[in-house]
Amino acid sequence: MRRITSPLTKAQIKNLKAGEEVLLSGAIYTARDQAHRRLCEAVVKGKKPPIELEGQIIYYCGPTQTPPGQIIGSCGPTTSARMDEFTPILLKAGIAGMIGKGRRSKEVVAAIKKYGAVYFLTYAGCAALLTQYVKEKTCVVYQDLGPEAIYKITVENFPLIVAIDAKGRDIYA
Amino acid sequence: MRTIKVDRITQVVAELCIRANLFLRKDVLNALRQAYFREKSKMARCILGAIIKNAKIARQKRLPLCQDTGIAVVFLELGQDVRITGGNLNTAINKGIELGYRKGYLRDSMVAHPLLRGKPVFSGGVIHIDLVKGSRIKITVLAKGFGCENKTALKMFKPTAGWKEVKHFIIETVKNAGPDACPPYIVGVGLGGTAEYAMFLAKKALLRKITTTTGYAFNAKLESDCLKDLNQLNLGPMGLGGKTTALAVNIETHPTHITGLPVAVNISCHALRSATTVL
Ligand code: SF4
Repeated sequence: MRRITSPLTKAQIKNLKAGEEVLLSGAIYTARDQAHRRLCEAVVKGKKPPIELEGQIIYYCGPTQTPPGQIIGSCGPTTSARMDEFTPILLKAGIAGMIGKGRRSKEVVAAIKKYGAVYFLTYAGCAALLTQYVKEKTCVVYQDLGPEAIYKITVENFPLIVAIDAKGRDIYA
Repeated sequence: MRTIKVDRITQVVAELCIRANLFLRKDVLNALRQAYFREKSKMARCILGAIIKNAKIARQKRLPLCQDTGIAVVFLELGQDVRITGGNLNTAINKGIELGYRKGYLRDSMVAHPLLRGKPVFSGGVIHIDLVKGSRIKITVLAKGFGCENKTALKMFKPTAGWKEVKHFIIETVKNAGPDACPPYIVGVGLGGTAEYAMFLAKKALLRKITTTTGYAFNAKLESDCLKDLNQLNLGPMGLGGKTTALAVNIETHPTHITGLPVAVNISCHALRSATTVL
């Protein structure tokens, strides 16, 4: 199985094919609905976004509380389609990949192709299992959003399935 | 008359919130195992394997099965010979939800107002109380994920509609959910009553063990007929193909008016989480 690291380079992305399983290592950022709204507001207003976007991977995830002695609470993917309206803006601003569950809109598929990005799935509803691949968690921004804050997490061999590749091939099409 | 203190109810509701979220229902786990052995597709097996492993890790590490620990829906069957003392019952249940979600390190997924939103909190849920005979209280907590709740559908059919139309609507609702709400699904269906009662039945149907029927042979036939069709859609686990689109269809029925036929569909993801205690 192919192993990839974040931040993603164009060369790494180019090799990925829809349907392929890969293992990801490196730092990624969690963000869901409200964090997307804020990030996009910043980008659209021309303000510097509070996190580095270039080459980064956004994970659509809002973890549970971290129990004592654990690195992170349960941390599976949320429905990606809710982020569709924001995704083209963030792709334009430089993000290289997204991780979530479910289908994406035509606009998102087109934007992924245009910017040479990639959309991954991970095991949906397997949030306890996925904690096993997280090695570190730090809160970055929007702490007031609680579970919807942006967390920087470091993962090792995190299991992914390429769902939409840079050529615009869609596993659900 | 038997008396039960509200504090006891708070404690039980809290425990049930945690139990539902950490331990996958046995009937669901068994159905997943059977599906795993039935599947031929490599991807479907791989995903079902991950789901089964997830349940094991959640149990061993005491972690929630899913990061969406749901909205707590509390069903209370209150024996009419029970006297509740020491405070208000609704308040006690709500306190139990907040306590359980905090104590169990679950997720603060609730907002106080649907439009004002605001900072997510641990408190808030939906309570259904039913008066029954006897001197016991049966308390069930369903931790309902919202990815699948968002795929709910209600349709008021003409009274002349038949099972064919109703089944088509159920299947379209599942197709519309597609891969987004974490298939394999458990499909709750409410037929009859009024709009809101059909909806209630659809949700209540999810509480019934997926291997059992209501006792109406006719309903059981509808359930297996619908399940068979759903599993031919080739949606499969995570929507990536396979024979396992749904683990079960649970149908509840109720008398209705000569003028209509309410049909409600409430989908649950594979992480169908509920727990029950009888006091
Ligand atoms: S639909 Fe169910 S399994 Fe999927 S993320 Fe929501 S609660 Fe979890």
